[in-house]
Amino acid sequence: MFGLNKKDTKFLYIVVALTLLTPILLQPFPEASPLAQFNAGYPDLMQRFAIFGIFAIGFNLLFGLTGYLSFGHAAFLGIGSYATVWMYKLLSFNVLPGLILAVICSGLFALLIGYISLRRSGIYFSILTLAFAEMAYRLAYSVLTPITNGETGLQVYSNDPQILMGENSSTVTNFFGLEMSANYILNVGGWQFTFNFGYYFCAIIAILAFYLSVRIFRSPFGMMLRAVKSNQQRMNYTGLNSRPYTLAVFVISGMYAGLAGGLLASMDPLAGAERMFWTESGAVVLMTILGGAGTLMGPILGAGFIKYFENIFSKINDNVLHSWFSFLPDGLEDFVVFIIHPFVGKGWHLTLGLLFMLVVIFLPGGLVEGGQRIAKLFKRKKTTPDDKDPEHHPKPAPHVAE
Amino acid sequence: MGILEVKNVNKRFGGLQALGDVNLSIAENSVHAIIGPNGAGKSTLLNCLVGKLIPDTGSVMFDGQSVLGRKPHEINQMGISRVFQTPEIFGDLSVLENVLIPCFAKRDGSFRMHALESVSREVDMIDQAEQMLLDVNMAEKKDMHAASLSRGDKRRLEMAMCLAQQPRLLLLDEPTAGMARADTNNTIDLLKEIKEKRDITMAIIEHDMHVVFSLAERITVLAQGTPLVEDTPDNIKGHPKVREAYLGEAH
Repeated sequence: MFGLNKKDTKFLYIVVALTLLTPILLQPFPEASPLAQFNAGYPDLMQRFAIFGIFAIGFNLLFGLTGYLSFGHAAFLGIGSYATVWMYKLLSFNVLPGLILAVICSGLFALLIGYISLRRSGIYFSILTLAFAEMAYRLAYSVLTPITNGETGLQVYSNDPQILMGENSSTVTNFFGLEMSANYILNVGGWQFTFNFGYYFCAIIAILAFYLSVRIFRSPFGMMLRAVKSNQQRMNYTGLNSRPYTLAVFVISGMYAGLAGGLLASMDPLAGAERMFWTESGAVVLMTILGGAGTLMGPILGAGFIKYFENIFSKINDNVLHSWFSFLPDGLEDFVVFIIHPFVGKGWHLTLGLLFMLVVIFLPGGLVEGGQRIAKLFKRKKTTPDDKDPEHHPKPAPHVAE
Repeated sequence: MGILEVKNVNKRFGGLQALGDVNLSIAENSVHAIIGPNGAGKSTLLNCLVGKLIPDTGSVMFDGQSVLGRKPHEINQMGISRVFQTPEIFGDLSVLENVLIPCFAKRDGSFRMHALESVSREVDMIDQAEQMLLDVNMAEKKDMHAASLSRGDKRRLEMAMCLAQQPRLLLLDEPTAGMARADTNNTIDLLKEIKEKRDITMAIIEHDMHVVFSLAERITVLAQGTPLVEDTPDNIKGHPKVREAYLGEAH
């Protein structure tokens, strides 16, 4: 269905179901329990899961399929955000024009940057894209202040034209009147579930973005891109010019990043230069590799994993640790807290770094490979002969919707 | 007038004259072998034909059109395919996909954006690719990962990929290098079969005289970048100059 084969369709359904149920799945602990710390079902974080999922899906189209490692994708994220905020300033708080402009602008920039950077491959390509992103970041901070509002970041002021704003128009970001911040809170027993319109807006776009990426993976175009990764020499001697293929996917991938940037600004009408900083570019590389580059589910898993760590692990401070280990004798409690302290709170990067090392060393295929290995353990007896291409039927992982 | 006309081609690498005044004419639908000792300039000549190298002087005409200055993919689209000394295949892809790619390249040209179509629905292309695999006796391996094939199979796959484009000129760079005698004979049979089935011109670079004399209709002997003789296999065998430059050295 939808132009997909049976397995991909089933897979899409799973993604849809899990995405829509995220507000429930990410809220496994009752509010009162000490483990409520680990609940991730609040709007801001769920939105980030979906948005960075889109960012990583787009990055994976470039890196996973062609093997071209871009270190400058954050530039498109930033461009998307700026474009969207400008639409708020000029038109109104409806996000649609902003998102469209974000995709167009980032596509154009990707065309320019890709046209130049794709003349080289391997490490030189990475360096070129990194250089462009740094340039964009510095420009946004200084020279382009009239457009980007420099260090303060671009935001909407009361004297902006906003020509489409009527008297009753919403003054927060909305989609034809439906406000992104609108919540419906459901209390069941001790549990509290928040259904946020902004999240569902992002989630639906993420599902569409995912669907498009599945189509690209299975298309002749996707096959050509894998051929680029595999053997460019043979590609040339087969009458194919690899440059337009790589440029096309670079632009598509840039548009995904621009869309993600636009969505970030749709949830919170701000755009700052720090969104273009190289650490953001690095983060999307981490997400893709951690999840499994070149697989369909990998980037989404990776994005969810990293965002979860960034937001949940970083909040575990010493007070929380003391409350967990208060049952231990005093000296021992302090000792345990002392041991764990560097890995949580501000030290979450350390835990993430260790996990990243473990994944890269033991699961080169990323978390997806881990999932497949576990699934294999469970159904070793039932393995069918068509099982040798695992990518064709990725296993539904429990946190798929992240 | 042959399908491929090489005239006065010179190529220097620094102080080394790799090709000196090479003239070569390959007749349409013939099998033409180019032999010569190591360093005679055979591979350099081949690279000049496919656009990997550009000769310093001279002209290379394929079917009346110059190939010089064109990129490898453009030359390929003109109808020249090349089999490499070490098989160049898409190792990460399945065997069937390996053959599908040249089928698409033949149909769509050097670039087409078909991001929303589905490979599995291109039934015509798949049929064509499967037929091609059948021709090289690899139909039952179509779902295998190309990188896991044996060397002989890789070579056959590469041959299928080149043939899928229906080239008018097939360049073979030592197609039996490093093969056991049995595999070599299989390759010879395969090439003969291809020659019978289609209108195709083949240019073979080869060290193995058994292969050369089983296939070639004309032979050019290169020595130190210059063609020494060009003749039929029977005449080459007894040619004193060739014995001296090539076979003499080998014995």
